[in-house]
Parts: sequence; C-alpha cells; structure tokens
Amino acid sequence: MEKVSRELKVSALENGTVIDHIPSNRVFQVIKLLDLSSVKDEIFVGINLQSEKLKDGKGIVKVSNRYFEDWEIDKISLVAPTATLIEIKNYEVLVKRKFAIPDKIQSFVKCFNPNCITNHQPIETSFTVIDKEDLKLQCHYCEKITAKNNMVFL
Amino acid sequence: MKNKSLVSISDFTKEEQLRILDLAESFEKQPRQKILDGYVVATLFFEPSTRTRLSFESATSRLGAKVIGFSDASSSSVIKGETLKDTILMVGGYADVIVMRHPREGAARYASEVSKVPIINAGDGANQHPSQCLLDLYSIRKTQGTLDNLNVAFVGDLKYGRTVHSLTMALSQFNTTFHLVSPEPLKLPSSVKQHIKDNNLEYHQYTDLEEVIPKVDILYMTRVQRERFSDPMEYEKVKDSCLLSKSLMAGCKPNMKILHPLPRVNEINTDVDDMPQAYYFQQAQNGVYVRQAILSSILGVM
Repeated sequence: MEKVSRELKVSALENGTVIDHIPSNRVFQVIKLLDLSSVKDEIFVGINLQSEKLKDGKGIVKVSNRYFEDWEIDKISLVAPTATLIEIKNYEVLVKRKFAIPDKIQSFVKCFNPNCITNHQPIETSFTVIDKEDLKLQCHYCEKITAKNNMVFL
Repeated sequence: MKNKSLVSISDFTKEEQLRILDLAESFEKQPRQKILDGYVVATLFFEPSTRTRLSFESATSRLGAKVIGFSDASSSSVIKGETLKDTILMVGGYADVIVMRHPREGAARYASEVSKVPIINAGDGANQHPSQCLLDLYSIRKTQGTLDNLNVAFVGDLKYGRTVHSLTMALSQFNTTFHLVSPEPLKLPSSVKQHIKDNNLEYHQYTDLEEVIPKVDILYMTRVQRERFSDPMEYEKVKDSCLLSKSLMAGCKPNMKILHPLPRVNEINTDVDDMPQAYYFQQAQNGVYVRQAILSSILGVM
C-alpha cells in the first residue's frame, strides 16, 4: 500500500523535475540554491516525510515544467549529497540520477578563512574541489582549504 | 612573462623562474641600467613592510623608473572605505605596474583579476610572497652553483612560515633533500610534506639543530614567535632549541650558507655574522637584483 502511494507522490508531476531524498534540514537550502522563489510554475515541497534511507525524515521538492542545467543542479551535491534527481516528461521518468560534485564552485559557499579577502570585500567566492570523496574546497583567492565540516552556505 | 601578474610562485613555470634568476645575475653585474626610463611603478603597501618596499623601490630607481604609492593603508583612500577594486582601478591609471602588499590572503589574486596593469604580489597575509621565494632560490643557486641535488635545512617556525612553504614547493622542482628542524608544535604542515612526497623526494625531521649542521648545504633560519604558542610555558621550553650560534657551527660543510628572510631577533647569534657561512645580508641585497628582473620581465623590456 505504501509503495503505491509513494510512487503516486513522485509521478504526480506531468512534466518537471523532482529532487528526492533531501535531508529534512536541508530542504530550505535547496530551495534557495535553485532560486525557486523566482519560479512561477507550481512547486510542491514535502518536509519530514518518512524515509527508509533518511532516518530523520526526508524532504522532496517537485518543480513543474522546469528542467535544470547540470551546472545549476549539481551544486545540490554539496548541500544534500544523498539526494536523487528525477526528470519527468509526460508522466514518465526520463532521468534518475545522483548529483555529481562539480569541479568548481562559485559563490554559494563561504571561505572558512576569516582573513580571506572575500570576507572583507564585495567579492564572489570561488573554489576548486580538490577532494570529492572527503569534500575539500580550495579557495581560488587565499588558497586555503574549506573542509566539509566547516562549510557555511551563503 | 610580459604583462603577466606574479601572485604566486606557481604562476611562473620552472623555466620562467630560471629565466628570472639568469636575468637577476646580469643585473647583479650591472645594477644601474636606465631601461625603465619613463615608466612608473606603484608600490601599494596596505600594511607596512619597510624591507620589501625599500627593496622594490631600489630596484625600480636603479632601472630609471619612478615610484609612486603609499606605505600604510591609513594614509590612503582605504581609510575612507574605498573598495580594493576601486583603489586598484584608480592606481592602474597612474602606473605601469603595481607592487602590492596586503594583510588579507587572496588580495593580490583578486587585484590581478580586476586590474588593467600587472600586479606583483609583495605579500598577501600568510599566503604568498613570490619575490622572496625567487630571491631565496637565487641566493641558493649563486652560493652552491646549482639548485640540483642539495641538502636544505629549514629551522624554526615551519608551521606558519610563509617563506618556508613557498621555498619548499619551489625546491621540490629540483632533486632536493629536506631537513626539517622545529619544536613539535611548529612542524611543517602535512600538505607541504605531501607535496615533497608527491615529487618523490625525502624529508627528515629533527628537534635539535646541532644534528643537521654537518649534513646541509643550506641552513634556512626562521624566527620562532612567542605569539604562535597558546601556552607560554611551551614557548619557554622550546625557544632555545632553534638558536644558532658560532659554537654549533663546528663540523659544517665548507660550502654551507646560512639564510634568513629577516628580520632576525635572537635566532642567529651576532657571533655568527663574521663567519664566511653567514649570507643573510647578501641574501637581502640579492632581492634588489631579483626584483629588477621581475619588473623588467613583466614590463616586457627584458
């Protein structure tokens, strides 16, 4: 019974993008990253939904009639590495994949070095991902590393 | 190298670095050459650094160019809240090249991306100081005749020592063996050690300076700062372990040279100064020739 209703929740979208398996506490960050407040189409957001994979509850975001470029969507990998991307057309699942951690990150992560110029001047941050396994970002400006547990999102 | 900024030592390839050293050699033979007559060099020192600034200004003057700039942020528009970008764009209209020292890491990299004229990084916080690295390489090559197959010791504060990190990275391009002497809390960071290993080179660690003296061609001394220790008792315990005096110098190799980025406090005793191995003041002077080489390369006249 549960399996059927879960499938219905996902494929209720005719055309659009679904991001599933977001840790509940990261849903708002995902919404912000994708700038969904400027989208005019229907958006469904679920938070604290029961999940086998995510013990503390999962979040799900469904955006109608909207598809994202790789560079727009792969940022999610930093905020919600467990999430799944599903693209739907005519009620059919066309794409279902995990997010790939990009090689470069622009502007949505803060440099952990308090003395970095980006924390003192109106400059967009910029990082190279030097370790995808253990999530280490090297700042393009100060050359210092911001690690996974020090990551603050702007 | 023409019109290319110098922010980190890695901005120049190994070949470009060696070319700077060769050029510096020709400037040492003849320091006064009016090849930059009519050019303007801006020295923007957002934090004071008398030594580096005077060195760049001397290099500039000897080449016939004029110097403009400021030596302290408080005496500039910065104090009025002007952004770094605005300052750089403004000065870029007054000068052909900007030499910049800034207290924040990344400032020079940012400046090089917004500026219309090349930027030479004279130190950005605890990050890079490429002209120091090049003058260190020049001093080593000059005194040893080569940069290959040397035994180099770094002594003192290896954890925070910006010059040590840069020079280690640069020397890893040559078949160097590293000897690292420091108190336990100030060891060379693992990322730098990894760089040595990635180049298939060796490093050895010591806590006692006397042990390395007979082994090395270059002894690079740095100051251990009290402020780096959270526990003053720890500092007291180790502060004398990295001090060099004449009595420790017995058994050193005849070609061995002592380098220090200066200013020195007590880590090199003045009784060492008259020894043939003491090279730190010539090292500082070499800075002028290396900076002449950097300026003339970037301005495209050499």
